[in-house]
Amino acid sequence: MIEVRNIEKHFGNNYVLKNVSFIFEKGKTNLIIGESGSGKTTLIKILIGLHKIDSGAVLFDGINFNAIKTKEQRILRQEIGMLFQAGALYDSMTVEENIMFPLSMFTDKTEEEKLNRVNFCLKRVNLEGKNNLLPAELSGGMTKRVAIARAIVMQPKYLLCDEPNSGLDPKTAIIIDNLIQEITKEYNITTIVNTHDMNSVMEIGENIAFINHGEIWWSGNKDELLNSENTELNNFVFASKLFKRLKQEDEKC
Amino acid sequence: MTKLLHHLGLYFIMMKKVISIPEKWSVFRKQLVLEIEKVGLNSVGLVIILSFFVGAVISIQTAFNMSSPLLPSYLVGLASRDSLILEFSPTMISLILAGKVGSSIASEIGSMRVTEQIDALEIMGINSASFLIFPKIIAAIFFFPFLIILSMGIGIIGAWVGGLSADVATADFIGGLKYEFNPFYITYAVIKTVFFAFIISSVSAYYGYHTKGGAIAVGKSSTTAVVSSSILILLFNYLLTDIILS
Repeated sequence: MIEVRNIEKHFGNNYVLKNVSFIFEKGKTNLIIGESGSGKTTLIKILIGLHKIDSGAVLFDGINFNAIKTKEQRILRQEIGMLFQAGALYDSMTVEENIMFPLSMFTDKTEEEKLNRVNFCLKRVNLEGKNNLLPAELSGGMTKRVAIARAIVMQPKYLLCDEPNSGLDPKTAIIIDNLIQEITKEYNITTIVNTHDMNSVMEIGENIAFINHGEIWWSGNKDELLNSENTELNNFVFASKLFKRLKQEDEKC
Repeated sequence: MTKLLHHLGLYFIMMKKVISIPEKWSVFRKQLVLEIEKVGLNSVGLVIILSFFVGAVISIQTAFNMSSPLLPSYLVGLASRDSLILEFSPTMISLILAGKVGSSIASEIGSMRVTEQIDALEIMGINSASFLIFPKIIAAIFFFPFLIILSMGIGIIGAWVGGLSADVATADFIGGLKYEFNPFYITYAVIKTVFFAFIISSVSAYYGYHTKGGAIAVGKSSTTAVVSSSILILLFNYLLTDIILS
């Protein structure tokens, strides 16, 4: 479980997050949704320690990330798997080397054990046999899947995903969404997905936080979202004609 | 002035992170070997070509300017030797390496910054500054002196070839090379090179590591890294020469 308590963050005179509190539950796909510039990327960067908070606390299973020493933060970070928007795979390494990298850095496994683990993770993301490809040779969906494999190779307790569907076609996006949800259930981990893709919200949204102007305006699950009376949320979620029609049909039923 | 102090502050903060015990020696060794190849071995060809032709030109120009029969022809060997060992090999080659290696370091690290690869390292719990920059600095400090000594040797061969075309007899040229040779000149050149290697690798890494933006920012970091390294090399060349030779 990851809990954020009364988080405040500003850049110069611009307040990006104002008194944000939320609990990201274990074993669920927790979604942070909101318009571009609403503060969701800042929140996820705060969670992984790339931005420092002005006030408040980030608790990983009760451990206050900002109150522990840098060395302890590094150890805690080894329990976090992160999926970046563009994958952030190391250009100079092959798929196998990319996934094996955390194992080489933090474990004393033999080469054979590491390779077995890499192959297991590649199989898990349906990329068996792609070990020797370079990141430049991968498609967008494959890049995301390799990044997921790298994120789970150390069996993390927390999985954070920054816009995992950006730049993907709807079919591949659903595959990635389902993969994230399956992994969350399989390993019983705390997963946080930062997205503004409504298909993702409807597909995997178990615990959703809607951020608007740096504040949490609404929270709930995907079913509650459909029946919400929150105007700002409805304006955001049902911005497209398709979703508007779906809501109208849902209301008629 | 404020901007300069800001950069200096950030540079020293980064260097404090860089100079730390590697998290895993086996990974560090692999990185070091890769960096020796990238930073050092890949520059051998360039150093050989440059040193040979500059050596040849130095001796031809020296011979051309010493046409008086009162001046002994061994002076061509002597002047070439001193020019190459004292200045061309350590300083000019370092300036050229600042362009080649410095821009490569800045653009490599800068690209990693803008594509979030450095963030990915940090999130894994890796000291990204130390992991990426420390092997480059060590590789440069240990390999650049070899490049500079190679440059001296090839430069002298070039000077001999140039001397032959300017009718300087081999015996005279060798006599000039040996004449009042002070081995400390080589030590002096190596000391300068070690400083220059540190400047090139750390300053270029600093600009790459602090890149903000996209592809244009990477290009800008690369250019700034080369310009700053070159200016610092010239400044330290003056300071070190003053301190060591006087």
